[in-house]
Amino acid sequence: MFTKIKQYWRVVRSPSGYFSLGFLTLGGFLAGVMFWGGFNTALEATNTEEFCTSCHEMRNNVFEELKQTVHYTNASGVRATCPDCHVPHKWTDKIARKMQASKEVWGKIFGTISTREKFLDKRLTLAQHEWHRLKANNSLECRNCHSPDSMDITQQSPRAAEAHETFLIPGRKTCIDCHKGIAHELPDMSTVPEWN
Amino acid sequence: MKNITQKTMQKIIAGVLLVVAGAVFADSMVSTLRTDTPLNEEQKAPKIMPFEDTDKKLKRNYPEQPPVIPHDTEGYRIDLNANKCLSCHARSRTEDSGAPMVSITHFMDREGQFLATISPRRYFCTQCHVSQREVKPLVDNDFVDIDELLHGAQSMEHKSN
Repeated sequence: MFTKIKQYWRVVRSPSGYFSLGFLTLGGFLAGVMFWGGFNTALEATNTEEFCTSCHEMRNNVFEELKQTVHYTNASGVRATCPDCHVPHKWTDKIARKMQASKEVWGKIFGTISTREKFLDKRLTLAQHEWHRLKANNSLECRNCHSPDSMDITQQSPRAAEAHETFLIPGRKTCIDCHKGIAHELPDMSTVPEWN
Repeated sequence: MKNITQKTMQKIIAGVLLVVAGAVFADSMVSTLRTDTPLNEEQKAPKIMPFEDTDKKLKRNYPEQPPVIPHDTEGYRIDLNANKCLSCHARSRTEDSGAPMVSITHFMDREGQFLATISPRRYFCTQCHVSQREVKPLVDNDFVDIDELLHGAQSMEHKSN
């Protein structure tokens, strides 16, 4: 038994002494493809609406609220799913966000928002995380679909056109500054500037 | 015995009256929102028009009329947590938004005392102010504006003189 382990160890320590260069290169390449492919597939699997709404915290609160809004149902039939707004599209940013999301796994295990009441109590904090994130990245996730360069201001309502001309295009404000609560219900806004 | 026959008589008369009344009213139209669609058929729903979004102030039909909202308010939240209307129409927000300020009368409580902010009884904007859609009124309205009424009375006077 012990001698067998010793034998294996010798092979693992210096595989080039036992296997050909071609086998090791090709084997390493194939293992790399499998590892990378598996990693990315798993990552993408956590980046779908089905994954998000597989927990009741998301399904019964925020997802139900989303269904009432223009980001779920509208004239053109184009809709946003959870990760479109809540996960950055660029790979490095996405990994950074996913690492932060490990906190959400902790929350799930310990039931931080396991009931509607707990969720409502925590809603302001959670909303503020998202507002800060969008403010800091200049509403990056909004701009994945809505670009000011492609906005035809003349087709907007006079009110929207004026607001976008005054605030959005000169860069005085970013999307989230005005468009809060467009996809989910709002928390108590009495402490939020511009709302109280 | 006499009592019983009287009661039966009453019942018979009531029954006859019911039948006659039914026959009389069967043909007359009762005004309902179903109009003339028979009960066993489903009426075609009228098309839902979009909100008018012109941003142009509309005339009030009478001085006390709450001004109508000349823009789309789809998805605007007015609840315990937030009031989307006030994020533009509140006194502190009008400089940025350019929107008209909520009338000072809305700061008054029911004792006539002015408060520092919107009185709770005036918080739910859409109770009185509504966005407009281009639709056919469900019920005809023959309301006459006071100017027209005065003008009409004047012209009547002119005629009689």
